[in-house]
Amino acid sequence: MNRIINLFDSTVSHAESSGLLNVYFTAGFPQLNDTMRVLKALQDGGADLVEIGMPYSDPVADGETIQKSNDVALENGMSVKILFEQLENMRETIFVPVLLMGYVNPVLQFGMENFCRKCAEVGVDGLILPDMPMDVYLNEYKALFDSYGLLNIFLVTPQTSEARIRQIDEVSQGFIYTVSSASVTGSKSGVSEDMESYFNKLNNMKLKNPRLIGFGIKDNATFKKASGYAAGAIIGSAFIRVLQESTDLEQDIKSFVREVKNYPETIEA
Amino acid sequence: MEATAEKKSYQVDNRGYYGSFGGAFIPEMLYPNVEELRENYLQIIAEPSFQKEYHDLLRNYVGRPTPLYRANRLSEKYKTNIFLKREDLCHTGAHKVNNTIGQILMAKKLGKQRVVAETGAGQHGVATATVCALMDIQCIVYMGELDIERQAPNVARMKMLGAEVRPATCGSKTLKDATNEAMRHWINNPVDTHYIIGSVVGPHPYPDMVARFQSVISEEMRWQLKEQTGSETPDYVLACVGGGSNAAGAFYHFLDDENVKLVAIEAAGKGLNSGHSAATTALGKPGVLHGSRTILMQTEDGQVVEPFSISAGLDYPGIGPQHAYLYDSGRGIFMSATDEEAVQAAFELTRYEGIIPALESSHALAVLGQLGATPNETVVVNLSGRGDKDMATYMRYI
Repeated sequence: MNRIINLFDSTVSHAESSGLLNVYFTAGFPQLNDTMRVLKALQDGGADLVEIGMPYSDPVADGETIQKSNDVALENGMSVKILFEQLENMRETIFVPVLLMGYVNPVLQFGMENFCRKCAEVGVDGLILPDMPMDVYLNEYKALFDSYGLLNIFLVTPQTSEARIRQIDEVSQGFIYTVSSASVTGSKSGVSEDMESYFNKLNNMKLKNPRLIGFGIKDNATFKKASGYAAGAIIGSAFIRVLQESTDLEQDIKSFVREVKNYPETIEA
Repeated sequence: MEATAEKKSYQVDNRGYYGSFGGAFIPEMLYPNVEELRENYLQIIAEPSFQKEYHDLLRNYVGRPTPLYRANRLSEKYKTNIFLKREDLCHTGAHKVNNTIGQILMAKKLGKQRVVAETGAGQHGVATATVCALMDIQCIVYMGELDIERQAPNVARMKMLGAEVRPATCGSKTLKDATNEAMRHWINNPVDTHYIIGSVVGPHPYPDMVARFQSVISEEMRWQLKEQTGSETPDYVLACVGGGSNAAGAFYHFLDDENVKLVAIEAAGKGLNSGHSAATTALGKPGVLHGSRTILMQTEDGQVVEPFSISAGLDYPGIGPQHAYLYDSGRGIFMSATDEEAVQAAFELTRYEGIIPALESSHALAVLGQLGATPNETVVVNLSGRGDKDMATYMRYI
């Protein structure tokens, strides 16, 4: 069974759960061969899911922090092909669900079938392709994703209509990526009153899929707050800044994740 | 412009595609904005009040119809009949204003209080700043940092018109990066802002909407040709293509006249194989750029390649999805001209006809000798803009 579905199934039954943490990082950043190091350290620190970004030259949904990490990764020589090589033996050490996030063009050039096959081979569980239209996914690629056991994660935003939220819930599996505000990644911080009413609206809709809240989550306070309205939250830009400034990747990553989840330093995940 | 033009085979279908090109490949954050536009644009364009204001402004503000001028000395040189569609005489100096007039009226009908736009050469930025001043709407224009340097006069014009010019400092610092920034701005301001795209690119319905606003060019060409030659249709229509808005307008009403050769001229930069080019169909492959499936210049890994052209308006790594379809289906003939050829053509037109063309339009003029047009045939060149903005470049050749 898919690791993402497993995770949410087992978590829903734990009433004491304090929220699932999904952390985004850009593959091949800060150095080309850091991908597995970062992934392992995130798991060791206690991240519940990890989202690996496939760098792209024109990431329109991303703010400056993630854009710049994309540029650095591309300069480092990162590509979809190299990413799969880096992840080849991932499942020998990584047990958390892993998603790949990226823009559709590099995936199309790699070849969608080839891409899905490689994902299944290395043990990727889901994909987030923000510029893939829902109708194109349903008509052209869903059967392929299904046959390789891959989940396609959809986004909703405060501007998404109720009818479309229902439609997205219908075609989603795993979780729904709830964008907290009208913005690109990393541009706003915190959880405002407007957001709270939007999160409450989503709760009241009784959707079949759990939700993770992303955009503006940066520390324990914002993580806790967001987790009060959903199954958990997603951190991206704030973590990229940790990587940018880090002098000891393993240590800094573990400390950051523990701090966000508020784990005591002594407990090894 | 025909608001209710019958569906033609080379026009967009009801799903937003031209063959396999087009669509709306956009993140969810843009979906409501684009959907609002898609649901309303045809109906708004068809409204009598919209039509009246649009045509009044085109006539009395832009200065339409623009002349169709028979270039006698040029015709003699190339031993054929060459006509120039004088879009360079539009207010603000290029065809771009046909689109911005339409889109600012669209923004007003949609109740938007602010406009964001991207610009390459600065012509679309000026045309947008102009209509925003006219309608008293706040205007933000994103422009590549490199383009801000090489198009200083247009930056000054935008500022004088009251627009805020924001530099795009990522990537190649040219048109594609300005487009990314404008899209991000729209994501961050989804409710009160309208995004005026300057070309026939972007997610559906932009390519179709912009083509409709530019289609006035070929609508006028038809009756002007009829008056001057006795036939509504020429043998060739030539237009330069960056994103392709002037070409889309010049081709629009000839798409179904299969005897009219539609010739799109791309910028070869320093040469097709020089590594410094913007000739998309010659060097690109199908993929997704700025919200539509089209042909774009990209690496093996699907990263967008930074294009090069002496002309900032053609310095774009993709083409509009309709052009991708015209190329793919064979309906369009795609050629290219290098920087040097374009500059030579600019000087030729200037010395033969006393018209200083924009560097962009000069690419179209540059292929006149390669068409094989006969003395009995008619060639229309869409002279999309004037060369005032390019004087710094031209001065180097004087």
